[in-house]
Amino acid sequence: MSATSSGMTPAPAPVRRPFPVRTTVLVGVVVLLLALVPWTFGAFTVATFTRALVFAVLAMSVNLLTGVAGMPTLGQAAYFGVGAYTGALVAIHWSDLGVLQLVLATLAGVVAALVTGPLAIRGRGVAFLMITLAIGEIGFSAAGRLDSVTGGTDGLSGIPPVVAVPGTEGLVNEGLIYYYVLVVAVVAYLAVAMLLRSPFGLTLRGLRDNEGRLRAVGYRTDSYALAAYVYAGGLAALAGSLWASSQRFVAPGDLGFEVSALALLAVIVGGVGSMWGACLGALVVVFTQDYLGQLFSGHAPLLLGLLFVLAVYLLPKGIAGGRSQWRRLFPRERSQEDDEAVTPV
Amino acid sequence: MTGWLDAHLVSMVDGVAYGLLLFTLAVGLSLVFGMMDVLNLAHGTLYLAGAYTAYALSDGSWLGLLLALVVGLVVGLLGGGLLAAAVAPLQGRGHLDQAALTLGIALIAAEVMVMIFGAQVLPTAPPSALARSVSVLGHSYPLYRLVFIAVAGLIAVLVYLAFERSSVGALVRATVADRDMVRATGVDTRKVLFGVFAFGAVLATVGGVLGAPIIAPGPGVDDRVLVLSLVVVVIGGLGSVRGALLGALLIGQVQTLGVALMPAFAPFLLFGAMLLVLVLRPQGLFALGRA
Amino acid sequence: MTSATPALRVEGLSRHFGSLKAVDEVSFEVAPGSRHAVIGPNGAGKSTLFALVAGALPATSGSVWLHGDDVTLLTEHGRARRGLVRTFQHSSLFLTATARENVLLALQRRHGVQARPWGAVRRRRALLEEADAVLERLFLHHRAGQAAGALSHGERRQLEVAVALATSPSVLLLDEPAAGMSPADTQAFREIVLGLPSKVTVLLVEHDLDLVFGVADRVTVMQLGRHLLTGDPDEVRASDAVQKAYLGAEDTSELFVDEEGA
Repeated sequence: MSATSSGMTPAPAPVRRPFPVRTTVLVGVVVLLLALVPWTFGAFTVATFTRALVFAVLAMSVNLLTGVAGMPTLGQAAYFGVGAYTGALVAIHWSDLGVLQLVLATLAGVVAALVTGPLAIRGRGVAFLMITLAIGEIGFSAAGRLDSVTGGTDGLSGIPPVVAVPGTEGLVNEGLIYYYVLVVAVVAYLAVAMLLRSPFGLTLRGLRDNEGRLRAVGYRTDSYALAAYVYAGGLAALAGSLWASSQRFVAPGDLGFEVSALALLAVIVGGVGSMWGACLGALVVVFTQDYLGQLFSGHAPLLLGLLFVLAVYLLPKGIAGGRSQWRRLFPRERSQEDDEAVTPV
Repeated sequence: MTGWLDAHLVSMVDGVAYGLLLFTLAVGLSLVFGMMDVLNLAHGTLYLAGAYTAYALSDGSWLGLLLALVVGLVVGLLGGGLLAAAVAPLQGRGHLDQAALTLGIALIAAEVMVMIFGAQVLPTAPPSALARSVSVLGHSYPLYRLVFIAVAGLIAVLVYLAFERSSVGALVRATVADRDMVRATGVDTRKVLFGVFAFGAVLATVGGVLGAPIIAPGPGVDDRVLVLSLVVVVIGGLGSVRGALLGALLIGQVQTLGVALMPAFAPFLLFGAMLLVLVLRPQGLFALGRA
Repeated sequence: MTSATPALRVEGLSRHFGSLKAVDEVSFEVAPGSRHAVIGPNGAGKSTLFALVAGALPATSGSVWLHGDDVTLLTEHGRARRGLVRTFQHSSLFLTATARENVLLALQRRHGVQARPWGAVRRRRALLEEADAVLERLFLHHRAGQAAGALSHGERRQLEVAVALATSPSVLLLDEPAAGMSPADTQAFREIVLGLPSKVTVLLVEHDLDLVFGVADRVTVMQLGRHLLTGDPDEVRASDAVQKAYLGAEDTSELFVDEEGA
């Protein structure tokens, strides 16, 4: 089937559905199932789900940089922390209104990323990884040192319950907090999905695939790398605000190296570049840590480490990385080859 | 001026000891990356393994130290070989997978060490003959650190000479500069991978054995020394022994003298130094290969 | 023919690597709409010259002029925005993106929407139609939905040109397009170059003399970093200096076989 240039067949009109029906239905079903969580499980499990959702938003932020734009990061916890502290401070000193906390926290994350981003994007690949790691460490030490703002190593407590709708009571019930986080996480997911389908999303994938070529067709690539960094910073900060509202306590440990590493793990387990994969990965990581970790008397790091190693060897493309690798793991007679072109979202 | 020098002499000497300790770590990290393009995030684990070895075997006698060194050497060889074997199948799959794999191994190893040694920091005594202070220019200073500076300095000089002067070193440098070219000349890069990994790992574990009385083993120490040596590598330039040495000495001073001078900025100094170098020389001070 | 402002002019262009003068004081002009080839034996400095013209390497001295404007100080992407667009010797594509998306990346930049974070690319009908038109011109329309990484070597070279063409260049720089191609692919590629819009000026740096003499109306010969000769294909074929450059003083009849009958 060597068809180089001789083919004179008319161009088959690309089939374009006006609306991605299947995806929409799928997202709807997942959201519905998630909405049932507080009716199905006990308080402890619901709280774990809440943390998983917050972590999913952070994982999407890491994935936007690592998977979509091809800039592997170990520093997103810093912006997560900026968002968490901003959200907490707004809540304590100014307003317990959720929307306000979310917006201001996101803005703070955007500003932080704008300031630090120009340094980070001086490197690519492993150099970028190392610089972001350093930025993460600065954030961590700063949080522990700036006592007057962050409460130092004691952290910030006394965060009032978040008010979702003006004029109503603050949310203290575990299930209601879960719904608050779920709604914000779903909105964030949809926003990211829109971003990925947009021209800018295509630009980011181009940046990952071949930065030199992007430059050759007239892109100022550093600007787009910075833009990706800023979007991701804002998203991480949004997750941070959700964290502050749901835990009602923020401490330097929330922006440590481990948080960044686990977010990266979620992305790798889920499938680099895939947003629903990252969310699923976040779920797996949080439940491994909180749930299995308890079952195995606190050996969560051991389990997470095993998860890392197994994911790299057995699922090189992650959970979302196409069926071929699953088939290799669980071979069946029916071997119907379909290497569909993987389009991330 | 002499008064200032006098006041900060202890910090500066501490900085030298600290820097040389970091060098034993950073050089392996840097070479493994520069030569084999592998980012080994389990490198801090090797230091910790060495430090725990020292804790477990040192009983204050010279023999205990010697035993710890021998065991540390073996641990390093095994650890390095294991890591190289684990990473080998991932050749050509990108840095992210290697980073993830070694991070996973680091998590597992850290937990295993907690199971064995517990979750507290374990102060490790040097051989009792060295466990005293001596007077240096009117300052009382731990003798062990001075001996450590001498020994680690010797190691650094030997490593430096080996890489800058010997034919093996020339091969290493050539590999950093142009991996494909070296492969084309028929060098078995798998052997080189194992060799460099093992060498870097042994340096890290030996550094751990000798460094245990300075940076005592405990949970989290692996992360801390890993981050520090990553900073050293970024500052020095990937794949350069000279860069690792100078970067390590610089970071040593930043971490001791810098903190003594500007305690309020302590958390920012380390990474401020790194970011400054990145702005001025994005490829590091002595980069050979381009990342 | 030389009265019009040249589409591209290279003036005393040099690039030194230490003591090595990879490109040394090279000057020539490319007329608008011309199919201009740069040839020369190995080590003549063709690739360096190409990088200098494209802006991938800064020049040690000399200048590059595009339609009468000095673009020497512009970066690669700056020159690309002015219409001086290159392809790559080793296919340089967005491998996980489809062929259509590869072209779209160039198109959306030209339409100024590359930073827009809303509105699905898939629903920009005008862009899609333009992309498919470009693919069709390069005989790739039947592969539009395939990932670039799944294309054959020859197809990748075609897509390479498609991406460059989608930026609507006034001057298209082709970097050794026939490198690694089979004779059949080269033949097909020749048709593609001949079929390029006549308003696009083409500067081709190429090793394969069959391709060069099959498409070029003007040829510049380089040797050891220097400009040796610029002339039409017949002049170049007949030149003693060129024969010497390629094979010492040997007869070059074998080098310049007519590709007719292939």
